[in-house]
Amino acid sequence: MSQTQISQRAADRLARSTPPGIARKVRGLSDKAIAWLFIAPTIVLLLAINVFPLIWTVYLSFTDYRANRLNRAVEWVGLRNYERVLTDADIWHNMLVTAHFLFWTMFFQVLIGFALAWLINKNFRGHGVWTTIILLPMMLSPAVVGNFWTFLYQPQIGLFNYVISFFTGADPSSFQMIGSVNLAPWAIVIVDTWMWTPYTMLICLAGLRSIPDYIYEAAEVDRAGPFRTFWSITLPMVMPFLMLAVLFRSIENFKMFDLVVELTSGGPGSVTELASINLKREAFEKWRTGLSSAFAIILFVTVFGAANIYVKALNTVKSR
Amino acid sequence: MSTSTAHSVVEPSRLTRTVAGTLVIVYALVTMVPLAWIFLTGFKTPPDSISYPPKVVFEPSLEGYVNLFTTRTRQTPEYMESLPPPQTWYEELVRSRQMVIAGPSKFGERFLNSVIIGFGSTFLSVFLGTLAAYAFSRFRVPLADDLLFFILSTRMMPPIAVAIPIFLMYRTLGLSDTHLGMIILYTAVNVSLSVWLLKGFVDEIPREYEEAALIDGYTRLQAFVKVVLPQMSTGIAATAIFCLIFAWNEYAFALLLTSGTAQTAPPFIPTIIGEGGLDWPAIGAGVTLFLLPVLVFTILLRKHLLRGITFGAVRK
Repeated sequence: MSQTQISQRAADRLARSTPPGIARKVRGLSDKAIAWLFIAPTIVLLLAINVFPLIWTVYLSFTDYRANRLNRAVEWVGLRNYERVLTDADIWHNMLVTAHFLFWTMFFQVLIGFALAWLINKNFRGHGVWTTIILLPMMLSPAVVGNFWTFLYQPQIGLFNYVISFFTGADPSSFQMIGSVNLAPWAIVIVDTWMWTPYTMLICLAGLRSIPDYIYEAAEVDRAGPFRTFWSITLPMVMPFLMLAVLFRSIENFKMFDLVVELTSGGPGSVTELASINLKREAFEKWRTGLSSAFAIILFVTVFGAANIYVKALNTVKSR
Repeated sequence: MSTSTAHSVVEPSRLTRTVAGTLVIVYALVTMVPLAWIFLTGFKTPPDSISYPPKVVFEPSLEGYVNLFTTRTRQTPEYMESLPPPQTWYEELVRSRQMVIAGPSKFGERFLNSVIIGFGSTFLSVFLGTLAAYAFSRFRVPLADDLLFFILSTRMMPPIAVAIPIFLMYRTLGLSDTHLGMIILYTAVNVSLSVWLLKGFVDEIPREYEEAALIDGYTRLQAFVKVVLPQMSTGIAATAIFCLIFAWNEYAFALLLTSGTAQTAPPFIPTIIGEGGLDWPAIGAGVTLFLLPVLVFTILLRKHLLRGITFGAVRK
């Protein structure tokens, strides 16, 4: 009895002398428990909706499973699906179309986006309002944007054709942005650029605003001309931001589906058939689930690998 | 910083500002033309919407909006004669086209689906994201960087690639074309954004606040709820709007995994057809109603846009 009293007193003394940092762990849940309690639901959800399906996709990619034939025996085909995807001329064509789309959208968006950011950074009166207006297109639903641009691109009645003919004198019914093999790849580049230039602009603007004034003042003291200042200060300091914008946009445009599917649905023929559009056809129209799983894995590995290499390059630029 | 020195590199001259301002305003106006055009088309009559040259000045009509919300059938003049006089302005409008209203269209339902799925998934992803972001920000979580990168990398899968196994999984579980299925899916997609953004916001709240609360006898949970959460409210609101806009705009999953009951507006709007082709005024009306909430939210969100679109990687 007396011994327990002593030990209780000892415990009291111990508790009093314990710093609050340790004492708080005694009350309520421990920090570690809370940490896991808070993170676990997110991880469980992602395991169920992302990781498990991914593993399933990997499994399916080695089989000849077809999702529309439930009772058919599923056969293990090894690497045959991968072989077929990588030797399929149509899929290589899709990759070329995707590369064209990716290159030109990035080219125009970086160019126009940077120029706009540079102009906005001159802080003219009312620049905040105009910046917000410029940002609007990128927040809209890409599918709905694609849909209403088909209206603007209508051969005769479309506003786009009318404006072009107004400025060039060409007959508005003489060219079809969506229907022509030569113009359709540019039609999708134009809409994507219209929609996403604000994205590069906003990130470049953050880059420009991150450059402290004293660097420019020092350059002026050193009598650096405006071009020299631009090449040696502005551009290198905005570069990490610009590269980040290109990274995010490239991942998105590599996966591009909604905007282009609504705009051209891959046509005419397959001149605007991006990888994702063909993937949808293989998986949900031709129901070649096994083959399209292999295709999906190849696309994912490509994005993931390219993004990782790119991030390494980005870090090199940042650390310079 | 002196503002009076006109030749300073830091302060652009008045001429530079005027030129820059003019160019930016011209770009902004040009970029708004497509949006203004689709908005105007919503108030045109079908013949006006496809006239050549395109009509900028026209007599506004609500026919597009009426067509958007109704299905109509064409009737013979004899039948039209036999009807009692129209009760409402929209019936009168429809009858002037030799048609009668057969019933409501599916647009209302699809719009409602977008609202239910959007708000449901937003609530869940922000709830999960808030908890996870707090834990990542405040506790030493083993492999934290790997976990965070894993959470982000789930965004790199093309939606169609994710949709293949989800389609099979949902078919087995009976979640295809259900609100619950879409809410779970959008939550899973949005939670990566939510965790990354909110972690940035929590990182900015000084730890001293909580530590003071802990010394005052609060437990960790109490400190989180009573001290940290109120400080996070702006971040939570901004994140919620981002999640809502994503779910609202999403198309690929909705196209592949829903067909009726749970179909949202984006895959539905392009299918609105009238007699002899697409009903452009009705599409214009649908697009306007669908985009309007996003425009309002974007304006509310303008200060946090940069953070949101870069997953919190760039902050002002």
